[in-house]
Amino acid sequence: MAAAMPLALLVLLLLGRRGWCLAEPPRDSLREELVITPLPSGDVAATFQFRTRWDSELQREGDTDHYFLRYAVLPREVVCTENLTPWKKLLPCSSKAGLSVLLKADRLFHTSYHSQAVHIRPVCRNARCTSISWELRQTLSVVFDAFITGQGKKDWSLFRMFSRTLTEPCPLASESRVYVDITNYNQDNETLEVNPPPTTTYQDVILGTRKIYAIYDLLDTAMINNSRNLNIQLKWKRPPENEAPPVPFLHAQRYVSGYGLQKGELSTLLYNTHPYRAFPVLLLDTVPWYLRLYVHTLTITSKGKENKPSYIHYQPAQDRLQPHLLEMLIQLPANSVTKVSIQFERALLKWTEYTPDPNHGFYVSPSVLSALVPSVVAAKPVDWEESPLFNSLFPVSDGSNYFVRLYTEPLLVNLPTPDFSMPYNVICLTCTVVAVCYGSFYNLLTRTFHIEEPRTGGLAKRLANLIRRARGVPPL
Amino acid sequence: VLSYVAGIAWFLALVFPPLTQRTYMSENAMGSTMVEEQFAGGDRARAFARDFAAHRKKSGALPVAWLERTMRSVGLEVYTQSFSRKLPFPDETHERYMVSGTNVYGILRAPRAASTESLVLTVPCGSDSTNSQAVGLLLALAAHFRGQIYWAKDIIFLVTEHDLLGTEAWLEAYHDVNVTGMQSSPLQGRAGAIQAALALELSSDVVTSLDVAVEGLNGQLPNLDLLNLFQTFCQKGGLLCTLQGKLQPQDWTSLDGPLQGLQTLLLMVLRQASGRPHGSHGLFLRYRVEALTLRGINSFRQYKYDLVAVGKALEGMFRKLNHLLERLHQSFFLYLLPALSRFVSIGLYMPAAGFLLLVLGLKALELWMQLHEAEVGVEEPGGAPGPSVPLPPSQGVGLASLVAPLLISQAMGLALYVLPVLGQHVATQHFPVAEAEAVVLTLLAIYAAGLALPHNTHRVVSTQAPDRGWMALKLVALIYLALQLGCIVLTNFSLGFLLATTMVPAAALAKPHGPRTLYAALLVLTSPAATLLGSLLLWRELQEAPLSLAEGWQLFLAALAQGVLEHHTYGALLFPLLSLGLYPCWLLFWNVLFWK
Repeated sequence: MAAAMPLALLVLLLLGRRGWCLAEPPRDSLREELVITPLPSGDVAATFQFRTRWDSELQREGDTDHYFLRYAVLPREVVCTENLTPWKKLLPCSSKAGLSVLLKADRLFHTSYHSQAVHIRPVCRNARCTSISWELRQTLSVVFDAFITGQGKKDWSLFRMFSRTLTEPCPLASESRVYVDITNYNQDNETLEVNPPPTTTYQDVILGTRKIYAIYDLLDTAMINNSRNLNIQLKWKRPPENEAPPVPFLHAQRYVSGYGLQKGELSTLLYNTHPYRAFPVLLLDTVPWYLRLYVHTLTITSKGKENKPSYIHYQPAQDRLQPHLLEMLIQLPANSVTKVSIQFERALLKWTEYTPDPNHGFYVSPSVLSALVPSVVAAKPVDWEESPLFNSLFPVSDGSNYFVRLYTEPLLVNLPTPDFSMPYNVICLTCTVVAVCYGSFYNLLTRTFHIEEPRTGGLAKRLANLIRRARGVPPL
Repeated sequence: VLSYVAGIAWFLALVFPPLTQRTYMSENAMGSTMVEEQFAGGDRARAFARDFAAHRKKSGALPVAWLERTMRSVGLEVYTQSFSRKLPFPDETHERYMVSGTNVYGILRAPRAASTESLVLTVPCGSDSTNSQAVGLLLALAAHFRGQIYWAKDIIFLVTEHDLLGTEAWLEAYHDVNVTGMQSSPLQGRAGAIQAALALELSSDVVTSLDVAVEGLNGQLPNLDLLNLFQTFCQKGGLLCTLQGKLQPQDWTSLDGPLQGLQTLLLMVLRQASGRPHGSHGLFLRYRVEALTLRGINSFRQYKYDLVAVGKALEGMFRKLNHLLERLHQSFFLYLLPALSRFVSIGLYMPAAGFLLLVLGLKALELWMQLHEAEVGVEEPGGAPGPSVPLPPSQGVGLASLVAPLLISQAMGLALYVLPVLGQHVATQHFPVAEAEAVVLTLLAIYAAGLALPHNTHRVVSTQAPDRGWMALKLVALIYLALQLGCIVLTNFSLGFLLATTMVPAAALAKPHGPRTLYAALLVLTSPAATLLGSLLLWRELQEAPLSLAEGWQLFLAALAQGVLEHHTYGALLFPLLSLGLYPCWLLFWNVLFWK
């Protein structure tokens, strides 16, 4: 079970000239879909996607300038209902109709994983890209915990998960579908039963494995009119064994090692569990300036041997201005663990720079791993417009690879912190008072006073006096 | 003399009400709100404990597979870690030499959180079959916690094998450091920075009282707020809670209460001075994880509590710790406890040690004046050295003669530190003793050999002014001792104070004139080893289990072996401190005493 990702703001300003879609997209259209993936442990993952497009007069100015590319991370944010409400308001049907009726805050926040995202990008309207539309895609992924919400039972239904059922499609939607992952279960139809039985299925290769989905189309009138509402149910006929979930080919772990408040080490473990294929990984690390990295201690070892990265880009930090940026391309050997570690020293901040809760520690943003992971099953390139939306979450570059971007966990690092209690404040205050008093006294005592004789004045004064005398006013 | 008496008197007065304050909760996040405990898994805990004990008896070691299965069935993420360690010499009290074992831990992931902070509940399992009830309670608590939705921090449930060795291995692997030469496999799962830890030791289905241990490695103490938290839940649940095995006195106005408090205080001072981790929480303190050990005690008292009461107290503590926004930092880190609800802060107990060290300072000053006078009287009065120069050049002759005794006594200290462990094989070959005994006996032999030192040094040293020679040597020794004790008092008050009370009078009095045998006896009685023996006797006396001298000797030998072992396995600093710092210093005084 993955821990929740922090709110990561990835600001990709403009895409390159070759936009992802070249065909004429429908205008002002909404596509919405819900993907439900039951996991063998009994947990259920649900992913909502909403995509809106509209025409705009805003035009793109030439190519992407890398100078304007920005990357920012806020590692601390914990999502709550305050994040959900404005997010829901961006939807055309709000939460009145369609799939969005299921977005009920008190259920969505009883989950073990919650991830919420907004993507905005320009899309070319024709092949030559003379005009563009804008695309807003909102995604929300949650994992329902079988232990807490299911009260120990592994069966689920839409009503049990969201305490709502689907009643009508959003009138603005051009497509509104629910996909249920039934990959491993429907061959013999003995372990699992889906109710109502699906009319159509869809096959695709997702993350290197072949998946089969049952499709429920809300725009299909027969689907809802039969019973006035749609409550998809899933029953386990034979409860699955508590088998360990399959390990993904690429996963990572990050931690701070060492003890004490002077030094430490940032370690990232990169796992490649593919049995025979090695693949490269792009590792991007941003570390705040108050951890002073010692770049000469950067060591990358896999299988006990040193692993030399083929590309390193390092931008050193400037105090109070910019963080360290470290980007590396590392080749991960097959079936190995690669350890990337770098030592740092904890800086002492100025006393006004500490946060209100300095003893909580300071967050270090997660590192970002981007990789093309070799897949077991060959996938054929798909047409983005025709296939379901969730396909774009797992883009396939060619038949044998798929793209994965992973965020490791954020870290909490304690910095040397003064005791901000009353004595400390008193010391600061008295020092200030003493400095002010001492300064002015010293100034008074050391200054020598001269009596300056009044000078007769410059040309301007003489002129002024002439005029004043002419007017009959006493001179200056 | 007055200063010495004042120091001791101040220390004894520490237990009386104006100097001991009532404890109070400083941390806002834990103070104002009360939590409701709902743990009701007493039967489940007992069932888990029975299963665990049965599996353990069958396999003879920690039933790793069973633990993994059970932890997974209550919904935790389970990992194991194997470790092995060869001790420098066989440990006789625990009967182990080549140690290898497996730790099992399960992580409860907090929902929707990013795994940046965690709490630890740990149960150390020794080689014998105690503590199975604690494992049962841990599993039942894990099952209960898993069903709750309010967790903001991950919780790690850790069962370690070979009690403290396992804990040390796990902690080192978690922080990816290697302090003590432990071989262990790296950890697969982590849960961010550990904020607090509780260790649990229970060996019976019902308990009469809960004892809390605070003293950690090298006399480190957890934040006082953690102890306050424990005390709050003791009061709330109506549990009987003890400190150092002593009930807390009710009545602080009469003389009885403070006297009982003094007993508890002395016990705490002795335990803290020993620098051993009293429970597996002690090892967490090095990594700045506030930790406590709770020990269930089953005595003959009438009223007993079952596991539900203990579980509720633990649940309450974990829920409060879960509220923490920052690490525990608000309250005191340096304190002494005469009772569970009262403490003495650092500002109040430091004067006691200050008075004792003042004796050394005054004595040194007196010697300095005497030396100076002698100098001025003997040599020409002109060119008197300025007061700012620490060692005037006219003392050059005296100083050169001091180098030899200083070096020799330091070398003795070094020998004491290094030889016992290195020479154990030689000793076992030539004498009919076991390795552990060999270490202890070598230790004593070298220690005693140090006493023969003055006769050796005198052949090396030729001094023309014997009076000034010993004065200068004593001056150096006094300053050396004062510096050492000053440093120790700052880091581990109990140890520093204990050493100061014993060593200061003898050090101040030692001189080669007067009743030499009396001084010699006094010095021997106050040497570090004798202090250790005396502390052991006092400790047992305070625990109301007095020792005969023979038993005391046995215990003393065992304690020596344990001290050396703990330095090598956990990094306890008492042994190197005594052998490299205080023993050479004491030898200098011995030297002064037999100056010819």
